[in-house]
Amino acid sequence: MTWTWFHRLGSPPYVYGLATRLTPWFAWPAALLILGGLWGGLVLAPPDYQQGDGFRIIYVHAPSAWMSLMVYTTMAIAAAVGLIWRIKVAHAVAASCAPIGASFTFAALVTGALWGQPMWGTYWEWDPRLTSELILLFLYLGYMGLRAGLEDTQRADRASAVLAVVGVVNVPIIHYSVTWWNSLHQAPSVMRLAKPTMAASMLVPLLMMLLGFTLFFGAVLLVRLRGEVLNRERSASWIREIVST
Amino acid sequence: MSHFFEMGGYAVFVWPAYAVTLAAIVLNIVWARRALARAREDARRRLAMRGEGP
Repeated sequence: MTWTWFHRLGSPPYVYGLATRLTPWFAWPAALLILGGLWGGLVLAPPDYQQGDGFRIIYVHAPSAWMSLMVYTTMAIAAAVGLIWRIKVAHAVAASCAPIGASFTFAALVTGALWGQPMWGTYWEWDPRLTSELILLFLYLGYMGLRAGLEDTQRADRASAVLAVVGVVNVPIIHYSVTWWNSLHQAPSVMRLAKPTMAASMLVPLLMMLLGFTLFFGAVLLVRLRGEVLNRERSASWIREIVST
Repeated sequence: MSHFFEMGGYAVFVWPAYAVTLAAIVLNIVWARRALARAREDARRRLAMRGEGP
């Protein structure tokens, strides 16, 4: 087995071109899956026997919450790779993740509040799941603030990567918070080892939304990555061709 | 149709939740494209300042 593909992923011009070519392959399936998931979730799925139509918030809440954790994990892994092997492209990936993750963490918190009010009788509770998810939002914002405060990209990469790696400890805390502590929040019904506890007509749209959001993350990440790669290249000749077109 | 928008009485919770998530999706597209455009503009300016501009 050769490692050339791995080395090429460390090469900025190669990554820039690859990101450009790959973006539509993520964006279009994401759009189709999200539209299909919306149709299935809002129209085809029957009302829940306890929550009525209120349960339909799941189709935006669960994918947003999944994004908040998956994007952070991606960011922390990229940051660790950047720290250990000093790969600029890895730092560029990590920096690209943060605004995406922050926005979906915010969406997860707001949609959760809008679901909590009718079902639990409160928008907010200082509950383990809700509090740890709020801390995740602060981790993203802290990461972005730290980067914005450091003029030198290399220093910003290193310092923010340390924060990202340390903060990853919060990810399992969020995931297991509903099993470790008594929480208002329900236990997982899809992201679990055993079979999901939902009827297929409700589950299939949810899976479409989860996959659609994940591919959407890929598409946005690739666009952002190109910008971050350019920001890290000072005078390389390949940039001249890119900015002149 | 109005039955659909009523969401069984949960309309005031369901639709804002969908609106916030849709906003997150749209803003992510707008922000990412803007960040790339800015990075390209910055790179162009850097090259021009060094007299290597296109």
